[in-house]
Amino acid sequence: MISWQDVANGVVLGATLGLGAVGLTLTYSILGFANFAHGELITAGAYVALTLLWLLAAALGVGLGQWGALSFGWPLLILVTGSMALTAMLAIGLERGLFGPLRRHGTAITVVIASFGASLALRSLIAFLWGPEPRYFTREIAIAREIVPGVRVTADQLVVLALTAALMIGLHLLLAHTTLGRAMRAASENPALLGVTGIDPIAVAQWTCLIGGALAAVAGVFVGLTVQVRPLLGFELLLPLFAAVILGGIGSVHGALAGSLVVGIAEALSVPLIGAEYRAAVAFLVLLAVLVIRPGGILGTSR
Amino acid sequence: MRPADDSLTRTAHPALAIRDLIAGYEPGLPIVRAATLDVQRGEILALLGPNGAGKSTLLRAVAGLVRIEGGQVLLDGDDITGRAVHRVVQTGVGFVPQTDNVFTRMSIDDHLRLAAAALPRGARAARVAAMYELFPDLSAARRLTAGRLSGGQRQMLALARALLPAPRVLLLDEPSAGLAPRVVETVWARLAEARALGVTLVVVEQNMRAALAIADRGCVMVEGRPRLIAPAAELASSAEVAQLFLGAR
Repeated sequence: MISWQDVANGVVLGATLGLGAVGLTLTYSILGFANFAHGELITAGAYVALTLLWLLAAALGVGLGQWGALSFGWPLLILVTGSMALTAMLAIGLERGLFGPLRRHGTAITVVIASFGASLALRSLIAFLWGPEPRYFTREIAIAREIVPGVRVTADQLVVLALTAALMIGLHLLLAHTTLGRAMRAASENPALLGVTGIDPIAVAQWTCLIGGALAAVAGVFVGLTVQVRPLLGFELLLPLFAAVILGGIGSVHGALAGSLVVGIAEALSVPLIGAEYRAAVAFLVLLAVLVIRPGGILGTSR
Repeated sequence: MRPADDSLTRTAHPALAIRDLIAGYEPGLPIVRAATLDVQRGEILALLGPNGAGKSTLLRAVAGLVRIEGGQVLLDGDDITGRAVHRVVQTGVGFVPQTDNVFTRMSIDDHLRLAAAALPRGARAARVAAMYELFPDLSAARRLTAGRLSGGQRQMLALARALLPAPRVLLLDEPSAGLAPRVVETVWARLAEARALGVTLVVVEQNMRAALAIADRGCVMVEGRPRLIAPAAELASSAEVAQLFLGAR
């Protein structure tokens, strides 16, 4: 039996997916390829934050702390900020060292295969460095409270929702009202004309990687906080991420967020109906159903 | 009628000097073959010639959009050969491509603000305002996305975008292509105004008569290099040019 609780769970899952899906769709529309290593950026974000937590504990003797009903305190801000910066650097490193040169000298399929390779290599490196076993930011049990009749959420989940909303609003404002945002929109439509406008397309590509990497890091920390940290964390999110991006209309930031919410809710609703083991399949059935009606996705164009 | 002799067209300080330029889309398959041409400061030069003569490729090579395999491009004496297109634009060369010259999903205002981004922060608003003054039709529709504009309005927007950073040299690839005659007149009028503001113009044009009517000089290209360079009036009345290179009308 489906309940409003399942919908709420789906919204929380969709919000986390949205952070990854937005980065993926930006990469696709501006850099022009499907980056299969994006899942590993999410994983890297989680592990970098976890490592910063260990360093914080070793250097200052402080843990994740606790703030009211939350299972974390102010140190989380340091972890998120540090992880965003370092994961963004990893994303830029991949762009400068691998994807960028291949885009300029290779074919489109070469770059996609390279992203597969980078995904495998990063996943193996993460398992080698941190070990294959699951790890946790905190062992505190988050208590869910009833916010409306029949819907219980934890304070951590509310923070995840609020921060996701804040980041999405920030990204919207950046794309709509700043020079970088205009340049990113222009690059997604015609990179050569962007150069003719006097803007360096390579710099715009690197800024895109920076933003995508930073958002992936936040997604990784949120999954780590609300579930656990594992080397397969990002890889297992990759297919729902692609489903969300395609569902929303490839290249559309708002569409990626809407697609993430649809995929998240579809997955959450499928659990009480057919069991957790088939949840990914349900997301894809929704994807197929939407694409039959709107081939360009929810907010996409028909290109 | 003079042949396209380098020594006849070169002056001490041309705005744009092209020296033995070799350029093309594939290595070893040049479209522009050892082209040499000087463009004097403040003039309008019409690049004419049959299809496949290399006119557009020459412009795109100067703009940094086509691989240069040999030769030099000098802007006011400074070597800009092989620079990336955004660097060429920042140095003072504007370029208006023939097709896909606007971002269809972006507003007019976004186009101009983006073009102003390379200018010092304090100068941006004034340049955007100057372009709205020069192109009042754009000012009235500044929130409209370019995809909703007519062909003529798009061409005006592309012109405004290219003129905004106050380029020393503006390269235009068939600015009248596909436009109604009345719109073409407006385009030529704007180009004349740009020249009056001190911009040097190089215009690739299929419509020989129209181009030579506003140009100071014409250059007829054949097989990747200039064959004839002469004052516009001289070329316009030349039966030889019409028959040999442009098709008699």
